[in-house]
Amino acid sequence: MPDSAPELGPRAIASRQILADVPRLAGVRKPDPIVVADGIIRRFGGLTAVDVERVEIQRGAITALIGPNGAGKTTFFNLLTGFDQPDEGHWSFNGTSLSGMPSYKVARSGMVRTFQLTKALSKMKVIENMRLGAAHQQGEHLAKAIFPFTWRPQERAITAQADQLLARFNLDAKRNDFAGSLSGGQRKLLEMARALMCDPSMLMLDEPMAGVNPALTQSLLGHITDLREEGMSILFVEHDMDTVRHIADWVIVMAQGRIIAEGPPDTVMHNEAVIDAYLGGHYDQALTTSGVSFTEEATS
Amino acid sequence: MDWGYIFSVTLQSAFGIEAIVFGLMAIGLNLQFGYTGLLNFGQSAFLAVAAYSLAVLVTDMGFTFWVGIGVGLLAAVVLALLLGIPTLRLRADYLAIVTIAAAEIVRLLVRSVALKDIFGGSDGLRDFSAGFYALNPVTVGQYSLGPVSLNQDKVFVLIVGWVLVVLSLLMVWMLVRSPWGRILKGIREDEDAVRSLGKNVYFVKMQSLIIGGVLGCLGGFIYALGYQNVGPDFFGTDTTFFAYAILILGGAARVLGPLLGTIVFWALIQGTDVLLRSGIDAGFPLVAWMSGSQAAVVRYIIVGAGLMLLMIFRPQGILGDRKELALDAR
Repeated sequence: MPDSAPELGPRAIASRQILADVPRLAGVRKPDPIVVADGIIRRFGGLTAVDVERVEIQRGAITALIGPNGAGKTTFFNLLTGFDQPDEGHWSFNGTSLSGMPSYKVARSGMVRTFQLTKALSKMKVIENMRLGAAHQQGEHLAKAIFPFTWRPQERAITAQADQLLARFNLDAKRNDFAGSLSGGQRKLLEMARALMCDPSMLMLDEPMAGVNPALTQSLLGHITDLREEGMSILFVEHDMDTVRHIADWVIVMAQGRIIAEGPPDTVMHNEAVIDAYLGGHYDQALTTSGVSFTEEATS
Repeated sequence: MDWGYIFSVTLQSAFGIEAIVFGLMAIGLNLQFGYTGLLNFGQSAFLAVAAYSLAVLVTDMGFTFWVGIGVGLLAAVVLALLLGIPTLRLRADYLAIVTIAAAEIVRLLVRSVALKDIFGGSDGLRDFSAGFYALNPVTVGQYSLGPVSLNQDKVFVLIVGWVLVVLSLLMVWMLVRSPWGRILKGIREDEDAVRSLGKNVYFVKMQSLIIGGVLGCLGGFIYALGYQNVGPDFFGTDTTFFAYAILILGGAARVLGPLLGTIVFWALIQGTDVLLRSGIDAGFPLVAWMSGSQAAVVRYIIVGAGLMLLMIFRPQGILGDRKELALDAR
């Protein structure tokens, strides 16, 4: 991956300027939040997987959610998008409360997600995958479904929109292939393009770069930054720090279910708590000089 | 051997009442299982509630034929709601467990001694089809179609039955090529993906379960009217599994799969039976050691082995698309 950051568009520069004045504190208030979550707790039996006191996500920016494995990132994602319900807490999107709302209504309200394990529908053609994403297709109502004249014109408009998106994501050549015949990276692209068919105002990407080859990663990153320039708010989960540094305007760090740090990528990466969370405390001290013996450490 | 006789029996079976009943069942299952991925193992219960609603309302309570049909349809919708409301939020296998249990409950209920006054116990009910045959526009007499000879009532049932089959197929065809049908196919593969795109998966699954159940219940009406009798033992689990065999034989998730499946299946079942019996009568050494009743069992072994070979060499069924089947589920 090239070391130089991609050129920033006007929106990127604007959102970074706005966020520049925000204190680097976990749970800090943002000037113009699109998502506000309060006191979200999710327990699985005795394990508290997510315990987020407060988090705000800035509108029109790319926010990265990072953290070591098992930090609760995906669980938190599922909670925000209605795929799981928290034991406590409430959260809102664009000013409307999403608490207790089923996932399909969350998607209809404009917050659309993708999945860590890509969910391209393999046995449907690429173009059918895209059409399925379209919002407000009248023919999805049973009563209208058997009268093609009620949905045909709309279907044509949807297909045109789908073809445009496919061209943009370089999938137009695959239009009539089964989605199952696409490569892993192409499926990620398809999933993102399909999510855009819902006309979302916020995209939630769960590890969009996982398992994608470096060349395609560049193209995916390009698409994500392009979307920001169109005014989309984006929250994404990612492991790769380089990726985060290149495109994120703001980074939220989770560890053991809690948010432990926030800030612009460069600041966050030098944060003591973040380094501890990723590498464990005392990572830079030799075992002999740390004052504890190896066996004590292991049994503690 | 009288090949003309063998042919005419096979033909009668391939297009007879049973082919219609199982065809309608399989058309309903095709929408539920083939397109939506819902494992409804209780399709026979939908036939049972429809047939018994008609029989009970007309025979016991003296209502007219059309009231019986109306209540039968309503009963199928109610059954679908009862089965679907608790299970459709859960994983697919729960629906399978609940439906197979519900079908047995329905069968044992109508068979029970305690309710013999209403449902007629193991004898079932009769004398409810007069209202239907009063509608018969076919002139009284024998009608022959090639080697097959039928009376006016049989002709009427077969016409009504096949018209229902064609209309059901037409409806399924229109539904599955609509945007609504696209949601079904999405649900079959990955509910969460469809949900993430803002579709009310639970509601659409319920619609599919209801429509498939109502299509199946039409088969219940044809069964009751065709034999002018309802008995509990037809509505067992093997009836549902015959319908699944038909669906898979013809090709699941193909509109015409159930139609082809039911014709081929019943032609095979009756064809092998009459062939074996004729062979025994003619004294062919290969089959002459069997008795007639043994032949009835042996034909199931032959048909079963044939279905196994089909599954091994053509798992997608007669009309299915192998390429589609080969794609990985993820």
